[in-house]
Amino acid sequence: MDFLTILQILDSTVRLATPLLLACLAGLWSERAGIFDIGLEGKMLIAAFFAAAIAYTSGSVWVGLFAGIAASMVLAVLHGLASITFRGNQLISGVAINFLAAGLAVVIAQTWFAQGGRTPQLPSEARFANIELPGAATRIRDIAQQGPLGQIYSELISGHSILVYLALACVPLTWWVLYRTRFGLRLRAVGENPAAVDTAGISVMGLRFAAVMIAGVLCGIAGAYLSTALSSGFVKDMSAGRGFIALAALIFAKWRPWYALSACLLFGFFDAVGNRYQNIQLGDFIVPVQFMQALPYILVVIVLAGLVGKAIPPRAGGEPYVKER
Amino acid sequence: MTMKTTLMGAAAALAMTATGALADGPAIIFDLGGKFDRSFNEAAFNGAELWASETGGTYREIELTSDAQREQAMRRLAEAGANPIVMAGFSQATPLSVVAPDYPETTFVIIDGVVDAPNVRSVIFSEHEGSYLVGMLAAMASETGTVSFVGGMDIPLISRFACGYAQGAAAVNPDITVIANMTGTTPSAWNDPVRGGELTRGQIAQGSDVVFAAAGGTGLGVLQVAADEGIFSIGVDSNQNYLHPGSVLTSMLKRVDVAVHDAFTTGAEVATGIHVFGLAEEGVGYALDENNAELITAEMQAAVDTARAAIIAGDIKVHNFTEDGTCPVQMQ
Repeated sequence: MDFLTILQILDSTVRLATPLLLACLAGLWSERAGIFDIGLEGKMLIAAFFAAAIAYTSGSVWVGLFAGIAASMVLAVLHGLASITFRGNQLISGVAINFLAAGLAVVIAQTWFAQGGRTPQLPSEARFANIELPGAATRIRDIAQQGPLGQIYSELISGHSILVYLALACVPLTWWVLYRTRFGLRLRAVGENPAAVDTAGISVMGLRFAAVMIAGVLCGIAGAYLSTALSSGFVKDMSAGRGFIALAALIFAKWRPWYALSACLLFGFFDAVGNRYQNIQLGDFIVPVQFMQALPYILVVIVLAGLVGKAIPPRAGGEPYVKER
Repeated sequence: MTMKTTLMGAAAALAMTATGALADGPAIIFDLGGKFDRSFNEAAFNGAELWASETGGTYREIELTSDAQREQAMRRLAEAGANPIVMAGFSQATPLSVVAPDYPETTFVIIDGVVDAPNVRSVIFSEHEGSYLVGMLAAMASETGTVSFVGGMDIPLISRFACGYAQGAAAVNPDITVIANMTGTTPSAWNDPVRGGELTRGQIAQGSDVVFAAAGGTGLGVLQVAADEGIFSIGVDSNQNYLHPGSVLTSMLKRVDVAVHDAFTTGAEVATGIHVFGLAEEGVGYALDENNAELITAEMQAAVDTARAAIIAGDIKVHNFTEDGTCPVQMQ
């Protein structure tokens, strides 16, 4: 395996980890405020559809991105209403959102485009183009001619869509807001001990809604990335369980932003390796492709069952807050 | 049990009365991946539409959304009196072998699969022969000496494409490297453009500059990445040259549309048994149109046409992967 191959895998890792990272941070915001969110998958999916559909009809990828975020936020409001305002079960509300999104996206896609539940292929102006940093080579054949530093720069650092850089920037931003601002302190407190926050005269419902809406925005970006940057158009069930892997990454990261980044990169790496290496030959034994493709999921189980150690969720997570009377 | 039987009887009776007016019309069942996959199912759809526009007739259609619906869909159409019932896709073979004996009066046509029943017409294509031709074109267009293949679901049918492609490439350049990857092992592999694109990027990194996608909807992702990265791609089943003019070198045509059109036109009397469509029957081939006219030089075309004639005459024997599960050309 040469150096460029390793870079290629890492490059693929970054691409595949981006939707996981955005969804994982969305879950982090929501769960830190005490609202479990297993509807990440559904919010990503509906955002992926609306981003692709509106980008196609308007011809502008940015309009598509905002449509995706708006769609995801509508579902986030729904989750908020069910689990905060009406104090329903947060898990059930999340499951309902997943089913709703999976069905709704395909039905609307079929009605609008009549192409069997998918959007048409997006033209290049309706997709996020890769940003080529100055001086970077763009094509793999040219990159192969460069020296090691040039290869790292051209292959790994340059040539991603703007959403990848945005997702990476969200990690320090999330850390800073959660740990260094008054809003962040209150938000974390709501997830640990909402009664104390309430006693201090701060609205528990307001903070929790804020957290759920932020989760909606991040899921919206993740979905738009799937359909307008990673591929060109929406297809049925294109989120393919990424919302659930993001939840696993969130637990692995013990609800902390920087750990979330490493967990998502790890899962992205498994995915990239599974894509790149099919039928690895180890001596006389050939590792079958089925195993390589199941590898990310197997590793998720191993990591969660064995390696994670003690993961303590926010103490008030999953419980609707009832004011004392 | 009694309750169930009564209900089923009632449902069947209802189906009969409700659709009596449409009896004897043809019907088609599309496979997973959808009617508009720009590839296999769309070719079948085009054949049905051609029949409809020629005759002004109407046909029934069912677009499957999950594996569990297959048998149900066949029975529903058969109960409704549709005849013949055409189904696209090898995955229909197993449920059809269960359903076909129950409706001896109905003629079933299965494309890409073989079912041994007196009322079933099995249409199979010699994909290895068509793939051989596009493999030759790929090897002639390649500058790096490495070409690649992205398959959909990992099944013998798709390996037949890969093996024919590799043989064609090796016929032009014996030293060529052929990289072959499969998208997955479940039917969802027909519809995963993201993974298809990632596989293609990996192949380009290994030096490939021509990629052949035989992967249904997944192929759209392969063709997109090939266009983004500035390499050649080869489409499949339908003519996909128009998707990215200048990047799609050609398309391996599989005339599913002709098979559907034939069955619809002849109607319920269509001959049953196994029917193989190869190069000689023009069931497979490669696409040449205004979108790729500049990419295929006169000498490339001449070489491929010579090989085509030789295959038809029997001078070149293209090995069929599904006969013994092996391929004479090594793929990575």
